[in-house]
Amino acid sequence: MNDPRNQDPAFLRGMTQRRLGRRDAFRLAGLSAAGLALAACGVQGKRVTKPTSSAQAQSAVQQYWSGKAKNGHVDFANWPYYMDPKHPQLKQFTQQTGITVTYDEAIQENASWFAKIQPLLAAGQSINYDLMVVTNGIQFTELVELGYLAPLDHSKLPNFAANAGPRYKNEAYDPGNVYSIPWTSGMTGIAYNPKYIDTPPTSYAALWDPKYKGKVGMMADSQEIGNFGMFLLGVDPEKSTPADWEKAAAKLKEQRDAGIVRKYYDQGYVDPLGKGDIWLCQAWSGDIFQKNISEGTDLKFVIPEEGATIWTDNMMIPKTAANPVDAIMLMDFFYDPQIAAGLAEYINYVTPVPAAQAIIKADAAKAKGDEQKTLEEVADSPLVFPSEADYAKLRTYRTFKNTDEQKQYENIFQAITTS
Amino acid sequence: MRTLRARLTPYALVLPGGLWLAIFFVIPTLVMLSLSLQSGNVVDGFAFTWNWHSYVDGITTYHNQIVRSLLYGLSATIIQIVIGFPVAYWIAFKGGSRKSVYLFLVLLPFLVSFVLRTISWQFLLSDNGILLGPLKSLGVLPQDFHILATPYAVIGGLSYNFLPFMILPMYVALERIDPRLLEAAQDLYASKVQTFLRVVLPLSLPGVFAGVLMTFVPASSDYVNSSVLGGTNTTMIGNVIQNQFLVNQDYPVASALSFTLMALLLVGIFVYARALGTEDVLEVAAR
Repeated sequence: MNDPRNQDPAFLRGMTQRRLGRRDAFRLAGLSAAGLALAACGVQGKRVTKPTSSAQAQSAVQQYWSGKAKNGHVDFANWPYYMDPKHPQLKQFTQQTGITVTYDEAIQENASWFAKIQPLLAAGQSINYDLMVVTNGIQFTELVELGYLAPLDHSKLPNFAANAGPRYKNEAYDPGNVYSIPWTSGMTGIAYNPKYIDTPPTSYAALWDPKYKGKVGMMADSQEIGNFGMFLLGVDPEKSTPADWEKAAAKLKEQRDAGIVRKYYDQGYVDPLGKGDIWLCQAWSGDIFQKNISEGTDLKFVIPEEGATIWTDNMMIPKTAANPVDAIMLMDFFYDPQIAAGLAEYINYVTPVPAAQAIIKADAAKAKGDEQKTLEEVADSPLVFPSEADYAKLRTYRTFKNTDEQKQYENIFQAITTS
Repeated sequence: MRTLRARLTPYALVLPGGLWLAIFFVIPTLVMLSLSLQSGNVVDGFAFTWNWHSYVDGITTYHNQIVRSLLYGLSATIIQIVIGFPVAYWIAFKGGSRKSVYLFLVLLPFLVSFVLRTISWQFLLSDNGILLGPLKSLGVLPQDFHILATPYAVIGGLSYNFLPFMILPMYVALERIDPRLLEAAQDLYASKVQTFLRVVLPLSLPGVFAGVLMTFVPASSDYVNSSVLGGTNTTMIGNVIQNQFLVNQDYPVASALSFTLMALLLVGIFVYARALGTEDVLEVAAR
């Protein structure tokens, strides 16, 4: 070490090169000061107190809607495949009311949608949509708690009052439809490709069957996957406790570690199911029907005997909307049974308008050939018009009491999906 | 007056780039740093509390994914060198008058969106798809063979997606080698192998270094390939960060993980630069 010829080059470099001088120290201090200044402008939450009496709720509605007028246009954000791409219902709306509609399939996921609009709503700015569709779930609860949604004026919703099915008028996640009315509902069940599976699965146990090793697709969504674990154990997800979550997670871990699960899907499970990459999977009811109708595949969807979850996608108006009056008119328009029937014929999800069934049957009687067969199938499908017995088997998502509980739940199930 | 103007001109020139860097890099980075030390939730808001736990929690929960990402990134980088170097060499020395055509071909896939390219891999490699289907029916591969949903698919996707970033800098370095140096080596009785090892390779190292920088960093932090081509147990840290930001809205943990990843990558790069010799490499790479 003392011999200069054998000097470690790193040592030499250290001795000869510039080290942190006083100037640099000032610079660093300046940077950290900037950092501290930024610390002050963290992310602000604005929990709002919910109205406690109906009088308060009524005055909130009046306060919001007073002075708002029809502007002749509405911007509508919805999910992909949630309307006939020719938008016949919107054209009818424009014809009847003179209000033009811009329809965007802007929403892919509740979480990313919330992340996109949250900063705008927090700043009190318009999100450039007057009407949007969000699933009952964590993000919906947050939108309500943060006061981002306009309270609905039910005097502007006569069709909803007249035609909505009773269960859609009193949903646990939004009692009294203060902020939302349903767009459509769907179920999460098991889909399978009959080309590869001879005995149709009837129970959640099929997804744990080692003979389908590597051919089972599950969803990455912690609520969806958690529900399946709980159904397998015979637990009602709606009333589940953290202990149930742990047990369900253990089952799901078993399923993953045995190599049965091929992948945890966000959205795109339908294509691999059609191609045979997976043979059976967790699926949303309408997706399978749309795939079959649009591509001529023969995929099947079953509601297992243990029951299944039903979720609801809801229409709502962000508080900062530029055209709320036009938006609420459009919301009500979808509760015209004719319109609801046309929509259900195409998307094959549960319509909140029971009267649509008779109209679809009448349409079927008028139609011919294949179209007649399809329409009859839709009218009789328990996935579009569930019977009371079907509803008795359906459960809803767990509603979380607070963010801590939600975080606990997410942590338990994300450990499975983000391995 | 004139001297003042002369002194200000360089600053004026650097202003657009500097502002760009400040607005789109420095400020977001500081905001993220601040976020990583905050605690709270989206409904009640986040407050700055020097909450180091996000780092501790993030690293203890997700160290597997961090290590996996670095390994995937490293594997993809090595594969890219193995595939890319001969391509760059061939274009630089044997490309002749069609060099620009070949370079254009290398860049061609970039005209298609990154995600779409990855999804088309999903289509190509599908279990009974156009590649594996015939091989399976010929009996070359067993029926349950699959590439998708394995680490190989993810590493393959990463290698494919960032390959041009490896080829181009290597090409630039190789193209710049003066042919007279090769002649000189031959005049001094070096064999072809010796010429390559002692002349071409050392001169091309800055290009390899630049290529590694441009591929290892984005490959290690990528989340598209893993989510499109991966399966269980292939989650990369990018997926975790995305999930923490968008699904859990746990901004502190997401920011802490981003910073951890950034720190690891920076340390890795500097160790690598040192190992390669000097800072000269960085300078040459920047040319």
